[in-house]
Amino acid sequence: MRHSGLQKEVLALYRKCLRESRKKPTSSRSHFEAYARAEFNKSIGLDKKDFGAVEYLLRKGQRQVEMYSAPGIKDIR
Amino acid sequence: MAALRTTSRLFKASRPLFRPMQMRSLATVTDGYSSTSTAPPSQTSTTKEPAADPDAKIKTFHIYRWNPDEPATKPRMQSYALDLNKTGPMMLDALIRIKNEVDPTLTFRRSCREGICGSCAMNIDGVNTLACLCRIPVDTKAETKIYPLPHTYVVKDIVPDLTQFYKQYKSIKPYLQRTTPAPGGKEYLQSKEDRKKLDGMYECILCACCSTSCPSYWWNSEEYLGPAVLMQSYRWIADSRDEKKEERKAALDNSMSLYRCHTILNCSRTCPKGLNPGMAIAEIKKEMAF
Repeated sequence: MRHSGLQKEVLALYRKCLRESRKKPTSSRSHFEAYARAEFNKSIGLDKKDFGAVEYLLRKGQRQVEMYSAPGIKDIR
Repeated sequence: MAALRTTSRLFKASRPLFRPMQMRSLATVTDGYSSTSTAPPSQTSTTKEPAADPDAKIKTFHIYRWNPDEPATKPRMQSYALDLNKTGPMMLDALIRIKNEVDPTLTFRRSCREGICGSCAMNIDGVNTLACLCRIPVDTKAETKIYPLPHTYVVKDIVPDLTQFYKQYKSIKPYLQRTTPAPGGKEYLQSKEDRKKLDGMYECILCACCSTSCPSYWWNSEEYLGPAVLMQSYRWIADSRDEKKEERKAALDNSMSLYRCHTILNCSRTCPKGLNPGMAIAEIKKEMAF
């Protein structure tokens, strides 16, 4: 299946989330993964042609990844 | 229109038994068409303030609303009618009053309410300015429109995301850079003439009004620094105590950072503090040329 540029960006963000959670302690890694999945699931019903909304959520996601990937953050609930 | 609504309501209150049906239907008709002058009724919703008196000066404010918690809903304009007799003279007073008394969900930044902090920068009637320094036009027929700063990502309602702007400010190293110690003691002294060179630049409060009014900055905000940051850059280039003048100039010496300024001068026109970023940019260009 061919993805549009925006879809690729969303997938890349999800991939980045999972990769970043690998850098966390093994005990809390599953928490980070579950959190990332839950965050994506929140807007799963979004119209895929609603580019403005998708782009906004992408920017928000990038910011969140940046924040949670700080080495000081060890666990997430 | 708003005045009409007021009188009809008073009328109804004084003579409640006199043909109430017709009165009510009249009022609803006025309500339904009150907001059609600027946007279709489907996109706007008018919130009136509760009390009204006969010589009220009712003015309508159309304010940009967008809630990040519902990303699928489109931004819309919401109208508020305020009585200017009960509102302070500035736009910020009106906004605060709306937030306090009419609609607590309205979101905007404000702090000092006297043009020192630069928090309340927004686009009022098409001009970027500080809400606290912008008088409400007394003409009640003209309706005021308030938008966030143009070409910024919106955080919520009229709050812009200035991350990029602050990042650029950081990139020019806005602090004194010296390697040699102070000649005579503890302080770095400066002559009165040298200090005078900084007048008109140190007053900048980084409200981002000028940068977001610059078309060149709209199209190249990733690389072009924008008037506010360039003026601060020149503030440090012009500082007699700073010893990294050449490095600062070298950092600007490329086609994007500085030379995207095409002297449109929207920056000087819009600056709510009356400063002249266009002049500062021209001075940098002059220093780079000779």
